Amino acid sequence: MSMLNFLVRRIIYSFFVLLGLSIVIFIIARIMPGDPARMAVGARAPQWVVDQIREQMHLNDPLPVQYGYWLADAVHGDFGLSLVTQRPVTADIREFFPASLELVLVAGLLSALGGIGLGTLSARYKDTWVDNVVRLFSYAGVVTPSFVFAIFFVLIFAWELKWFPVIGRLSEQTPAPPVVTGLITVDSLLAGQFGTFLDALKHLVLPALALAMGAIAQEARITRATMADNLSKDYIAAERALGISEREVTGRFLLKPSLIPTVSILGLDIASTFSIAFLVELIFNWPGLARYGMQSMLNKDLNSISAVILVLGAVFVVVNIIVDIIVAQLDPRIRLSAARSE
Amino acid sequence: MAGSPVTGFSPAAPLLDVKNLQVHFAVYGGRLRVLDGVNFSMRSGERVGLVGETGCGKTTMMKAILRVLPTPPAKIPAGEILFKGRDILKMRDHELRAVRGRGISMIFQDPTAALNPVFSIGEQVEAVIRYSTSPGKASSREETHQRAITALQEVALADPERLLRSYPIQLSGGMRQRVCIGMALSTRPEILIADEPGTSLDVTIQDQVLRLLRKLVEEKDTSVILITHTLGIVRETTDRVYVMYAGNIVESAPTARLFSQPLHPYTQGLISTVPRLTGGGIVSGIPGRIPDYLNPPSGCRFHPRCSQMMEICRTTKPPAFKMGDGHEVACFLYKDEAK
Amino acid sequence: MAEQVNLSRGFAATITPQQIAQLERASRRENLGRSWYKFSRNILSVVGALTVLALVLLAVFAPYVTPYPKHAGAFVNFAHAKEPPSSQYIFGTDQIGRDIFTRIIFGLRSSLLMGVMVLVLVVPVGVLLGLVAGYFQGTWIDALIMRTTDIFLAVPPLILALAVASVLEPNLWNGMLAVSLMWWPWYTRLVYGLASATRNEFFVSAAEVTGASTAHILFREILPNTISPIFTKMSLDVAWVIIIGSMLSFVGLGVQPPEPSLGTMVADGARYLPDQWWIAVFPALAIVVVVLGFNLLGDGVRDMFAAEGV
Repeated sequence: MSMLNFLVRRIIYSFFVLLGLSIVIFIIARIMPGDPARMAVGARAPQWVVDQIREQMHLNDPLPVQYGYWLADAVHGDFGLSLVTQRPVTADIREFFPASLELVLVAGLLSALGGIGLGTLSARYKDTWVDNVVRLFSYAGVVTPSFVFAIFFVLIFAWELKWFPVIGRLSEQTPAPPVVTGLITVDSLLAGQFGTFLDALKHLVLPALALAMGAIAQEARITRATMADNLSKDYIAAERALGISEREVTGRFLLKPSLIPTVSILGLDIASTFSIAFLVELIFNWPGLARYGMQSMLNKDLNSISAVILVLGAVFVVVNIIVDIIVAQLDPRIRLSAARSE
Repeated sequence: MAGSPVTGFSPAAPLLDVKNLQVHFAVYGGRLRVLDGVNFSMRSGERVGLVGETGCGKTTMMKAILRVLPTPPAKIPAGEILFKGRDILKMRDHELRAVRGRGISMIFQDPTAALNPVFSIGEQVEAVIRYSTSPGKASSREETHQRAITALQEVALADPERLLRSYPIQLSGGMRQRVCIGMALSTRPEILIADEPGTSLDVTIQDQVLRLLRKLVEEKDTSVILITHTLGIVRETTDRVYVMYAGNIVESAPTARLFSQPLHPYTQGLISTVPRLTGGGIVSGIPGRIPDYLNPPSGCRFHPRCSQMMEICRTTKPPAFKMGDGHEVACFLYKDEAK
Repeated sequence: MAEQVNLSRGFAATITPQQIAQLERASRRENLGRSWYKFSRNILSVVGALTVLALVLLAVFAPYVTPYPKHAGAFVNFAHAKEPPSSQYIFGTDQIGRDIFTRIIFGLRSSLLMGVMVLVLVVPVGVLLGLVAGYFQGTWIDALIMRTTDIFLAVPPLILALAVASVLEPNLWNGMLAVSLMWWPWYTRLVYGLASATRNEFFVSAAEVTGASTAHILFREILPNTISPIFTKMSLDVAWVIIIGSMLSFVGLGVQPPEPSLGTMVADGARYLPDQWWIAVFPALAIVVVVLGFNLLGDGVRDMFAAEGV
């Protein structure tokens, strides 16, 4: 009950954060030099058309009123037309979002498994060569920008070794599955097209890994640090002293408390993976939301820029709520103190 | 063979025999020589007290016995820990597991730190019980649960069902301490190490906890190592006392004898710091504090604080001199009286 | 202030103010010595510091240390385009025949400038807001500042920075502005936590009852207690800002050609993979070296401020 309360409050609060974000976005969109109406119709349109559009777009009203109109449309899912694709922005987002989501989910999975795995290994074999290799790797991962990883991966694994394809979500000759979720891996499995599934997976490996490298490194560092710290705690000594097997002590009694900081950071990492995707999708020519957003930014396509940022803000907020729930599940101290503050 | 540490163990031999145990901690700038060749032994059924100031190495020694010191930074460069004649330090994992819990069990000093904050009491107690049943006799879930309830009832905790579902944060300090005691005893250990039980609690609750502990070990006839710096408790509950100073055992004797004729200047100082209701003299105490383990004093580690220091104390570490009747003292003052 | 004067007068019989000042200086010297000792005991921190120093010197003296300073601008030499690394061009030449080594050294300038300038802009603002919100915890000032901070923290900084940069004229300064706009909340949140913990300390209440001004309490009592986490974060953030800056120029929203920048060079070079790999790979490695240097240095600074462990 109290957990539910905590959640409801968290969601309401997030809603206000998103509302605030929409104001920020609106302001950003309005600081742009130039007349949005003129940009919408092009340089050669006659002045009276521009004036008409200005009126239509409520550009003659004071800013707060303009914001009101903009927000009302946005709530109805209407972000206007995209200058680049000449389609409703909402349609574009619906088309491109699943591709990014698929990429980010796989990257998130890789960073969770890779980071926690490497971190545990490092803590377990602290100060041995295993630990040193992992630490060196983590350092490299933290200091290397994802687009550099992307370029090296393309160069080595796609061009040199030819293990993986270079661009896109599927090879040209592979039949695309009927769209259900928009995630090709899921859709192909639903349709029973196993070949397509494998091909999609092959296309996912390099971009997802390039996206995940930074997060894997960071997760590994944090997991190692917390585990090493918890290893010297009295409760671990007590559990060992009372005869619980080493496997259960490390795999259960040490792992759970050590996961808490890792999971909190993982949420942030997955969310910011969406922003790194802006570059990685460009390199892998991945038809996702980030590449779409990047193109709209380079073309100053305000309607789509606003929508993309708002969508990513919403994703960020949702991911954080999920992380909060997981952390509260892992940590009774948080769960119980949330209950007590009611 | 391998699974049974009992083989070849004669009842006359000590149950636990620690010989020349050294524990060092690697830190930046060198090694802390926390245990400097400790000798300690106890027989089955004996109740032994281990006293000394905070930081003298009592807890380190007990953790070393159970091999639960974090290594690194801890290191055991020398020594033997014989439990029923077998060296714990050389045991393989499965042998060690048979000793931990069922052989030797421990109540940690701070019950709040000794309970895992993210697992329920039930998950922790039941895990301990699961591993304490002898292999081959796999107990059912229900049985484990029942034993967990019994374990909590034994330490006089009400509503054990609800307690098992609670988390440490929901319990009071006294309840946590009882849970720790219940958990340590649930394995039916041959030796129970109790590290300053109740120190973190207020005096009345501490008293209750100690009474309970005493009652339980008497009922079960468990051998006990009681660590404390409160001499009154030692006097009431133990058969023998070891006095520890800065990583060395400086004196050991049957309890009554130690209190009536303390020999080591440090022991004498310790006993005179205990306020007595009769006599009413001013507590003298021992000036100074435990030395730095990075650069411990040469010779006898107590010499800088000792009022009867001699030249030899600076240079040579005193061996344990046997004074008869099980009384040993590591002090050159008694070099000539030793038997 | 009056209380302080009285205090020193009270001590005057035994210790003169000059002596107090002398003691303070001595203890500061000792602290500095100890900090340096802690920093220098880790060889990697020293390597990081030396790397950063070398990079800064290279960047500052770029016109004198590079073989072809003219290649830093709009220089074209198709006769030597896309030449692989050789003794003449140690990192090879780019698609229009410019020396990549020269352009990397010049590109360092904008990266370093970005790293430093963003923090110069961001830290005072973020810290001030955090201090004020922390000290006035529970009031509307706290609510206003911290809820605004939450909004900015609700989106990964890179995305908002990209958005702001995209609506402005793309150049180095607007890139800095865009990154700065998104970076202050992290300092506000850091300082807020520290300040709201410090405000209940005894010495703060002591200053309050003696009638010290709010400014005095904020800057002389609370701020000194937040300084080491701020420095630690700053030293680690330089590397992050440089990464973000290189990302901006990678997508074309930062430094504009022909001005060299590492991110732009990687982006241009990526089109000539895999055959002319050197055009992208060397600038990419240069970014890694810069970021690694600052990260090692930052870790050293963190260790320096960290409490002494056993």
